[in-house]
Amino acid sequence: MKISNQTLYNINKNEYQTQQESTLEDATDIGLTEDEFNLICNKIKKIPNKTELGIFSAMFSEHCSYKSSKKWLKTMPTKAKHVIQGPGENAGVIDIGDNLAAVFKIESHNHPSFIEPYQGAATGVGGILRDVFTMGARPIALLNALRFGSPSELLTKHLVSGVVKGIGGYGNCIGIPTVGGETNFDKSYDGNILVNAMAVGLANKNKIFYSAATGAGNPVIYVGAKTGRDGIHGATMASTEFTDNSSEKKPTVQVGDPFTGKLLLESCLELMSTDAVLSIQDMGAAGLTSSSVEMASKGSLGMYLNLDLVPTREDKMTSYEIMLSESQERMLMILKPGSEEKAKSIFDKWDLDFAVIGKVTKTGRLILDKDGFEACNIPINPLVEDAPEYDRPYEIIQNKNTIKINEININYTVDEILAKIFENPNISSKRWIWEQYDSSVMGDTISSNGKSDASIVKIHGTENSKSHGKGIAMTTDCTPRYVKSDPINGGMQAVCEAARNIAASGAKPLAITNNLNFGNPEKKNIMGEIVGSIKGISKAASFLNTPIVSGNVSLYNETNGKGILPTPVIGMVGVIDAVENCLEMNAKKDNTLLVLGQSENFTEGWIGCSVYQEIENKLIDAAPPPINLEKEKKIIDILLQLHTKNLLTAAHDISDGGLLTAICEMLFKNNLGLNLNLPKSLLKIDGKDPTLHSWCFGEDQGRIIVATDKIDKVKFYLKDSNLDYFVLGKTNGSNNLNLMDIDTISVKSLKKSYETTLPLLMGKHK
Amino acid sequence: MRSGVTIFPGSNCDRDIIVALKNITGKAPIKMWHKDTEFPNLDLIVIPGGFSFGDYLRCGALAARSPVVKNIKNHISRGGAVLGICNGFQILIEAGILPGSLIRNKKLLFTCRDTVLEIQDTIISPFLSGLKKEHHLNIPVAHNEGNFFASETLLNELKNDGRIAFKYIKEVNNDIDYNPNGSSNDIAGILSKNGRVLGMMPHPERAINNLYGGTDGLKFLTKSFEQIIG
Repeated sequence: MKISNQTLYNINKNEYQTQQESTLEDATDIGLTEDEFNLICNKIKKIPNKTELGIFSAMFSEHCSYKSSKKWLKTMPTKAKHVIQGPGENAGVIDIGDNLAAVFKIESHNHPSFIEPYQGAATGVGGILRDVFTMGARPIALLNALRFGSPSELLTKHLVSGVVKGIGGYGNCIGIPTVGGETNFDKSYDGNILVNAMAVGLANKNKIFYSAATGAGNPVIYVGAKTGRDGIHGATMASTEFTDNSSEKKPTVQVGDPFTGKLLLESCLELMSTDAVLSIQDMGAAGLTSSSVEMASKGSLGMYLNLDLVPTREDKMTSYEIMLSESQERMLMILKPGSEEKAKSIFDKWDLDFAVIGKVTKTGRLILDKDGFEACNIPINPLVEDAPEYDRPYEIIQNKNTIKINEININYTVDEILAKIFENPNISSKRWIWEQYDSSVMGDTISSNGKSDASIVKIHGTENSKSHGKGIAMTTDCTPRYVKSDPINGGMQAVCEAARNIAASGAKPLAITNNLNFGNPEKKNIMGEIVGSIKGISKAASFLNTPIVSGNVSLYNETNGKGILPTPVIGMVGVIDAVENCLEMNAKKDNTLLVLGQSENFTEGWIGCSVYQEIENKLIDAAPPPINLEKEKKIIDILLQLHTKNLLTAAHDISDGGLLTAICEMLFKNNLGLNLNLPKSLLKIDGKDPTLHSWCFGEDQGRIIVATDKIDKVKFYLKDSNLDYFVLGKTNGSNNLNLMDIDTISVKSLKKSYETTLPLLMGKHK
Repeated sequence: MRSGVTIFPGSNCDRDIIVALKNITGKAPIKMWHKDTEFPNLDLIVIPGGFSFGDYLRCGALAARSPVVKNIKNHISRGGAVLGICNGFQILIEAGILPGSLIRNKKLLFTCRDTVLEIQDTIISPFLSGLKKEHHLNIPVAHNEGNFFASETLLNELKNDGRIAFKYIKEVNNDIDYNPNGSSNDIAGILSKNGRVLGMMPHPERAINNLYGGTDGLKFLTKSFEQIIG
């Protein structure tokens, strides 16, 4: 203590207040349990003051500590020869050859986006971009995975409109293309939307920056935007359920400034090209608290900060507010001593704040001064090492109920069913959304927004006389209704679909970042969904050798006790050696379509949990389509081999809506038609026949449709491959899909509903 | 060709046009930082797209008051060529170099998509003389404030003086609203009185690759550069 309590009271009354000993009531008010409060008192051998308590509350929050999921996250496969950095850093890093590394991560901004959709989504994008460029990588692409409630609800339209504007608002302004993603609607998200943002960057593999503090005595630098009173306790807010009064939490939402984000991006990369930066950490959730604690903890060191030196937007902020503010666009760095001036000149050039606010120490403690008073003095270890880790009780419920095709009686023709499918906003075109994102800035986008199953961005500067250059392929995937019915199977499915999408774009799947979105983990069945999904994801990821290198967990996505569908989103990254070999999903005229992974004898499709089943609003009480990992791996390998032999002209994974939906999607772009071959046993039956329906709309996994103009060579190659396939027919210019004598379907009118469904829904809301 | 590309804080298409200039002319342009005022004489200055100064106040308003703009005006008075793309077009208007205004897109949504441009019958301009008059260009747009707005008098004057460079036109077999922002008279780009300053909302530097976006931007830029040095 450097000054007396009385002097402090005279200087800053609020600061004086925060220096008082906290009570159990204070602790529960900010999300800590009684046990956690007692643990804190024991570990630090005193009763914490309010600043110290606030720091513990943030670090012990689900968001920062992963206390409910940590036990299970540790079981995930995270290693492979190509992994440079797995989970635990700002982002994962993989080796993609030629001395390059891909740096990527996905992160949720669910709770804030529901409270304030524009800012919530915008700062989600800003935050994930900082995670990537903190590692020394220039971000080259953004993706997202969005889930909204019932499309007919006015609130949903407001949220879609705000979130999409927010994602675009940040990404467009900072100048990183948003190239892909997925958007789905389901009433379970009515009170809890999901906004997951993924960023991918590129770095020199020998120049990756990490966050561990080094060298006692080295200066600690604050750069970027000033600290304000916004987002205080955002991490804690994101770690609880919502009630009807959640809009009162608006002040906990951060406000983003993509312009400052752009300046921070350019200035940090400029500084990183020198040798001044020893370690760096962005100030994301729990702001200065988590950044300083994590840096010190990873380096097994301590940190001293003089909070009077932190650039602030407002006067008389307290130590509590400064440590817990989640103001955006800020970074904490440790510089090589003596390089402060050089660094400062770069930030001056970009008109950003730069302040030396403290130093690395050997004490192993976090010591903070404010107004000349020691505002905090606590050991670092208990904040991280002793953060609670719960082994919450769980029950994995796997629905084993197999629905027979005759159990569902949908009295429509194939034509009518397709019309309904493309009027479903989950299947229809998301053009209304992605046109609001700048997908072509940076000039390297090869495929975006559904041109191919995975988006592809060229690696800048890899072009040579022989090739347009190397590319990164990216996708986000998850089918929550499958996960709900069977978490293990659903987890596997998400990984396999992502891998199929990467392969169908002509690229090799390499690694995963995942975003685990669930309800309240204190409930046994929800914890079961978490554990089950992790088991499923792990099994598929290790089988396909696509390890998990980064990720994020978002729990308590519940309102008034009602949880979301379990939504473990898989973000997958792959590499394509020459971007000119990117496979589109759009078929060309006079090409033969064939489905890989399906035989002539296959006539009964899997309709449990399918989009087809949903048509009649039948309660989904069925097992999702099973996953055969051997088959999944094989189909990817063979697809890529066919493509290497230059035999394919297009490819498209079969997912929601089954075979016929996928065929139509391939025909839309070039206004094509097809005379569809049917298996012999389906030739003479009625258009309303349930077996025919299951063949058309079943969602059996492990299938990809490919197009070729060299069908004989493809058949020759497949003969030795031991992989089932079925020839669907040759595309023509008719713009009709003919099912032999059974049905003639106008692809043109389906395309119209595919294109107009979402704009009509959003119409009144612009 | 001696060229320069201005860079304001928040410019984000600077790298893209630098790549295009370098690929087409074989020579990298000089980078013109907004605070700098000393530059060699140039044939062409490009003001690239982006969100200069975060688009705060009004798009282009703050950039138009930067020190570098004085150099741009001197360059124009020497008869130099200037190409303002997207935010660059907004800056040219805010600096009073081109007339009219660019307001929010009619649907109040940021729009990124391909457009078809019809080249108009204009006064002599290095940006258009190399292209056949009836020629169409497929070039993408990406903006939130690209709705060209002007008084009837000004619109007539631009038309009569041959200063409308491009109009958005309907693509064959495509029902999508062809004018992406609600621009008056479908205007996508306009010229200065001497024809040597062009402001346009579409991004030619994003259409220089046959793998994505097509090569009409490449065609436009190549012809322009030939005329500028010719």
